[in-house]
Amino acid sequence: AEVEETLKRIQAHKGVIATMVINAEGIPIRTTLDNSTTVQYAGLLRQLTMKARSTVRDIDPQNDLTFLRIRSKKHEIMIAPDKEYLLIVIQNPCE
Amino acid sequence: ASNFVLRNPVDSYVQHTSDMSEHEVNTERVEVESRGVNHVEGGWPKDINPQEVEQTIRFRKKVEKDENYVNTIVHLGTLMEHCVKQNNAINIYEEYFGEEETAELEDEPPSAKTINVISKLTPFFDVLLSKRDPNVTKRTATHLSWHPDTCKKLAVAYSSLEFQQNMKDMSFDSYIWDLENPNKPALVLKPSSPLVTLEYNPKDSHVLVGGCYNGQMAYWDTRKGGLPVEVSTVEVSHRDPVYGAIWLQSKTGTECFSASTDGQVLWWDIRKLAEPTESLVLDITRKGLLENALGAVALEFEPTMPTKFMVGTEQGIVVACNRKAKTPPEKITSTYSGHIGPVYALVRNPFYPKVFLTVGDWTARIWSEEIKESSIMWTKCHLSYLTDGCWSTVRPSVFFTTRSDRTLDVWDFLFKQNGPSLSLKVCNEPLSSLRLQDNGCVVACGSKLGTVTLMEISSGLCTLQRNEKTLAAAMFERETKREKILEARHREMRLKERARSEGQESEVQERLVEDPQEVLDRARREFF
Repeated sequence: AEVEETLKRIQAHKGVIATMVINAEGIPIRTTLDNSTTVQYAGLLRQLTMKARSTVRDIDPQNDLTFLRIRSKKHEIMIAPDKEYLLIVIQNPCE
Repeated sequence: ASNFVLRNPVDSYVQHTSDMSEHEVNTERVEVESRGVNHVEGGWPKDINPQEVEQTIRFRKKVEKDENYVNTIVHLGTLMEHCVKQNNAINIYEEYFGEEETAELEDEPPSAKTINVISKLTPFFDVLLSKRDPNVTKRTATHLSWHPDTCKKLAVAYSSLEFQQNMKDMSFDSYIWDLENPNKPALVLKPSSPLVTLEYNPKDSHVLVGGCYNGQMAYWDTRKGGLPVEVSTVEVSHRDPVYGAIWLQSKTGTECFSASTDGQVLWWDIRKLAEPTESLVLDITRKGLLENALGAVALEFEPTMPTKFMVGTEQGIVVACNRKAKTPPEKITSTYSGHIGPVYALVRNPFYPKVFLTVGDWTARIWSEEIKESSIMWTKCHLSYLTDGCWSTVRPSVFFTTRSDRTLDVWDFLFKQNGPSLSLKVCNEPLSSLRLQDNGCVVACGSKLGTVTLMEISSGLCTLQRNEKTLAAAMFERETKREKILEARHREMRLKERARSEGQESEVQERLVEDPQEVLDRARREFF
């Protein structure tokens, strides 16, 4: 219920193209995109997040990754990582 | 003991250093290949089949009921919202200061750097040959031609131009290289005799024409592979290596012409290479005799002037010809002599077609079509032979020459007239050929042992400066005028001499004795 609400709210913001929730094994739990694209994003972004997290921890073991933003020409991919799940939002920031 | 003599002093040496030994290390060569990966859905637990929709839905529902899930998502959600709102509020990558004025004057000294070296160090097919003969013979890269559209491919003709060198194990192949992969040629062209010159068809980038060492012409289609599609018959081809082959501007795009040291210029249509469509004998006495003909070494054709073309000869004379003349003797319109040795390169200035550059013996000369007596500008004599030259495609006052002492010279005569503005040692062997890419920034040099080096020249030398066109035009005009005046003066003096000598035939003998002194006096008077 709350989960639904949160996700709906995020999706309703201006410029948000897609939202997805992925678990630790790369399985998409919730997604607003079609399956093949989601699977692609899931696989690739999961690995990237692991790498980013390990980089941050390597530099300072007390530190941890809280948020990851990838800005590309067309849109911005935002990843909120957690120990078990990954929340990914794709937004088009420009007006 | 009596057989020995005491030796005093004795020389002996001592050295106190640590023992060192030399050792080489090289990593093993690894063949790398690019491959793609296909993402398939994975990560599902073993008991769930990802194809079964029901099972996946059930799994998902189970996860969503999980307490941890709910907490995590709520927490992450707030975090995410914050960033999303941030994005919507302000665009941090906005262009705040408009296009700043880019630096005007490029005061950097001209330079060039090597970007790629293509050399046939260990080609795979030559390994077979080397079993019979220990040394793999290296051949000169005699001609280079860039691919007309993409400029990523370079066709290089390899042959041995040494006199009477006909080694049995020398391979006849010429290669087309792709710049992305300098280790292995993109295509191997296998003619029946080594290619001396090779050109891409500017209209159809799959077709190439090549002139062979034995005088034949062959043409290839890169879509069809390495063997020539058609070869001209030996009887009607040239009898000497074909040094120049250029495509003509025609509606069909299949016409080309070739020139060789046997004194003939032949026109061909590649659809029918069995015999040439037209021929011309380079006899400047205009009698059309093959015995008097000059051997052609360089050929020039400008697409904007389709009936005129120029030939550089072994004897140092440049012959300008008109293809559409009515009678064969009239085909040769004019000659320009000035080089002492063979004219190895002959190129027109892309911006001012009346001006052309010739490279031969130890100098490079710039000529204007109107002045037939001498060149309008020339470089000083170098210490080594000049082997090839070409104009820059973007700047009218810049040209390149290669020398047999391994250097590439870049001349900019608006900047410096008495020497090259940039002189680079390209490789360890003498350079034999040169070609500039159409964008004007990359130049490929071929060397005597077959190495092709690609150099990128600094932007100062390949961007058009302000007023450059007008300045170059003004300079050419000035030099042309100067030569014209000199020519007129010479003619006057000759006429006067002739008139004088006709009137005073009896006093010829006396004049002969006095002449040196008189000439000296006259010269001195004229000078002051």
